[in-house]
Amino acid sequence: MGVPEPATVAINGCEVAYRRTGAGPTLLYLHGAGGAFDWAPFMERLAEGHDLVVPEHPGFGRSATPEWLESIEDLAYYVLEFAEALDLRDVHVVGSSLGGWIAMEAAVRGFPRMRSLTLSCSAGVRAKGVPTGDPFLWNRAQQFRAVLHDQALAEAAIAREPTPEQAEIDLKNRYAFARVAWEPRLHNPKLKKWLHRIRVPTQLLWGAEDRLLPPGHGEEIARLIPGAVLRLIPDCGHLPQIERMDAWVAAVAGFIAEH
Amino acid sequence: MRIFFFHLMPYAALDPATETEHDSAWVTLPNRHFDPATGADLYNAYMDELEAADALGFDGIGVNEHHQTAYGLMPSPIVIASALARRTRNAKIAILGSALPLRNHPLTLAEEHAMIDVITRGRLISGFVRGIGAEYHSFGRNPTESHDRFHEAHDLIVQAWTQPGPTSFEGRYYDVRYVNLWPRPYQKPHPPIWIPSQGSRETIDWAAHPDRRYTYLQTFSPASAVAKYLALYREVARGYGYEAKDDQLGWAVPVYVGTDDESARREARPHIEAFRRRFLRMTNEMLLPPGYTSLASMRGIFAAKRQSVLSDGNDMDGMIAAGMFICGGSETVAAALAKHHETMGFRQLLVMLQFGTLPHDMTMANLERFARHVMPKLKPLGETRAAAA
Repeated sequence: MGVPEPATVAINGCEVAYRRTGAGPTLLYLHGAGGAFDWAPFMERLAEGHDLVVPEHPGFGRSATPEWLESIEDLAYYVLEFAEALDLRDVHVVGSSLGGWIAMEAAVRGFPRMRSLTLSCSAGVRAKGVPTGDPFLWNRAQQFRAVLHDQALAEAAIAREPTPEQAEIDLKNRYAFARVAWEPRLHNPKLKKWLHRIRVPTQLLWGAEDRLLPPGHGEEIARLIPGAVLRLIPDCGHLPQIERMDAWVAAVAGFIAEH
Repeated sequence: MRIFFFHLMPYAALDPATETEHDSAWVTLPNRHFDPATGADLYNAYMDELEAADALGFDGIGVNEHHQTAYGLMPSPIVIASALARRTRNAKIAILGSALPLRNHPLTLAEEHAMIDVITRGRLISGFVRGIGAEYHSFGRNPTESHDRFHEAHDLIVQAWTQPGPTSFEGRYYDVRYVNLWPRPYQKPHPPIWIPSQGSRETIDWAAHPDRRYTYLQTFSPASAVAKYLALYREVARGYGYEAKDDQLGWAVPVYVGTDDESARREARPHIEAFRRRFLRMTNEMLLPPGYTSLASMRGIFAAKRQSVLSDGNDMDGMIAAGMFICGGSETVAAALAKHHETMGFRQLLVMLQFGTLPHDMTMANLERFARHVMPKLKPLGETRAAAA
């Protein structure tokens, strides 16, 4: 399977880029603040046995930046409209970090097309007293060291100088991320009280050593979504889909197969 | 020329070891480094200096706003300006400026500025700023909303000052059913508004607009940048179909006057270098949070690696050569400022006669030498033109 070509669809006047490949149950992957400009190895793996759909959120990567992008709720409605526009049905939603937050915001608004939900190191909920990292104060090197548990992996990532194209996309993504996640920082204080509305099977996958959003936040979300199961991934930071790809992909695929 | 004494009120007693132990004098510099007893001495010395400037015949005194930093001890310039209001007689009091987006409600600023204007019988100059990037970290305020909030807060304040109340204001961030200011400002139609900036095309376009014609104040920059941005202001005004007055242009620059060039340089060196090295220090992420500048400006800044104000050489000789610091005997200082005036044509000159770690006795001597030997030479410059304009 090669890298699928990006297509676009207009969502409320915004050209949203997305890639779609593979066959099987539909899996909608919602990326985190780093975007989904590059086709990652874990996407290749998810496309084995799934109809994988990976949009780039409004403001991120190849997608346009609409005037209407002000806050997280705008991204929630974008996901709902995106699923309608592509007529995605029985969707297994997988959201990483910011993407998990968007998935929860969409779900509490009524997302009948959603069949199951996997939240991976999700933002969106602040567990009182659990420390969080500040991605806006970190420079590039600090960011890699904080989100990856394996420091050798972090140093290797730091050593790879971004191409001008990547640097441009990183900057654009950072602007979009700040729009929705700066204040309140990485969460919506009003979300918690409606999380009981998520009634689809829900699992949370969490790096046990996540320093951006430590597992205490996952415990809080698991407490609030009825029936949600939290699975900790040992020796892993904020990006298990990269640091522990095999375990993460197996957990995602297994959960989808069950439901 | 009109001459103001502009004070930043740094925490001059800051432990020099912070330069190596912390990556910034902003946001995260632990506040255990602030000693309240030392702070009391500094505040009172600094306010004595500002009051002395009034007695020495300066046209005005200026204060500014910065938060959670050793760089400046005026999180509320309103507090200092209020205290100065009753302790000064003639000097204009310039607030340069209030950081509009950082306040929860712009009407509080409209009220406080109006109070000072009324108490001083019209000696207030209002300045509006967005606050610097670091302060969006300190306050948790979203930098991507900074421009929009600034413009909306400005519109609300000017409406409150100028339209007979009650009126209503319907904005995206501020929605007020009853805008009905008590007290109304003393000056008509409202206190002069100045816009301090490090230089941005967007700010100049906005400030120079015929509806506003606000005084644009270029702060601490190389003289070449000051000349460039002041010329740009004139050009933008011409584009709008009018000729900018010298009144609309200002420059804020640190100045040290010694008894001669050599002793001036010797005396000023550690203090101006501390200003650059100890107090202006911050990381790129603090200086430029996402959205604080447009994506296009940010690309330009990344291309140039870093804003020049933070990347140019830290030593005094470099600053003097770049015209970022004016230092010498009174003849040298007067000649340098007169020359800059001739090429740039600003009417408002704001001299920072205290900077970095410069202690009170040296600041007072600097003030007196400047007032006695430099100011009389500068004040008449351009005034015939200003009167004719």
